[in-house]
Amino acid sequence: MRVARRSAAVLVLALLAVLAWATLAPIHVATRDEPFEIPKGTWARRMAGNKVEILPQTIRLTLGVHDVLLLRNLDDVPQVFGPTVIMPGQSFRLPFEVASIYGFACTAHASGQMNVVVDPHPAPGWERLRWRAGHWQEESWWSKEEA
Amino acid sequence: MNRVLALLLVALLSSAGAVEAPALKAGVFSPPHPAPEFRLAGSDGTPLTLARFHGKVVALAFGYSHCADVCPVTLATLAQARRQLGAQAGDFQVVYVTVDPERDNAAQLKTWLGAFDASFVGGTGSAQALDTVDRLYGISVKRMESANGALFGHSSSVYLIDRAGRLRAMMPYGHVAEDYAHDVRLLMQQ
Repeated sequence: MRVARRSAAVLVLALLAVLAWATLAPIHVATRDEPFEIPKGTWARRMAGNKVEILPQTIRLTLGVHDVLLLRNLDDVPQVFGPTVIMPGQSFRLPFEVASIYGFACTAHASGQMNVVVDPHPAPGWERLRWRAGHWQEESWWSKEEA
Repeated sequence: MNRVLALLLVALLSSAGAVEAPALKAGVFSPPHPAPEFRLAGSDGTPLTLARFHGKVVALAFGYSHCADVCPVTLATLAQARRQLGAQAGDFQVVYVTVDPERDNAAQLKTWLGAFDASFVGGTGSAQALDTVDRLYGISVKRMESANGALFGHSSSVYLIDRAGRLRAMMPYGHVAEDYAHDVRLLMQQ
């Protein structure tokens, strides 16, 4: 009985420690880039009448975590990609420093508009906990998809 | 011993990021390519080409003189950035290409740009010539009719071209003059 109670106490303490870490610990990421690529052969597929959507209408970034939009053109011809023309083999790296909603004219989208929503850096506390929960959920979803 | 100390110093500087090139505030093209050339009528009475400004850092903007919101802000910001450059201002050139060939002739552009900075040069031409330039730079232009005449929704970013005529970066709308001055100074040093 005493052993069970002690185990429960240890478990609760461990959970509290994890919760405290998730709420307060700084966020570290391997890269702040949010990459999108035009694969080789995209222009040929478009010319053949296929609808190829690479960039979503709205891209969501987070300051200090993923706040750099990285666009790469791996195709053989220049392409309008998001807000600019990118040459074959070229990349365009756009950093954001202010949380806001950015609208770019973009001929690659039917609406003619592409939005980049930059969220503030998750503050210690509820915001950071919520960000980590969402991040873990996203990662586990991706690992399931890859499996 | 001295060699060991020198190696340690290099390792320290590298780990502190001291030897890294400072980053631009604008979006950066990598590797850089030559900025697409064009030839338009210049607001200063001389044909407008980018080759004219080789040796200077160029800010290339697109818009029209009847623009009520975006263009005045962009041009005022660029004028402020140019003033912040002080003695280096002579090595910075603003080029403004119109998207409204019907109303923006060379004289109209000269008057409009002169209200911001007398050194700014505008470019105009036929609808076809301007359309070609827009396509080269991925500029989106959407014409809308209003009671006060035509309005144009247009790309509001500004391209930065280095002294060698290479398209180096694109500054999205909303950046302050300090960001432009920062990037232009960096490009001037390269």
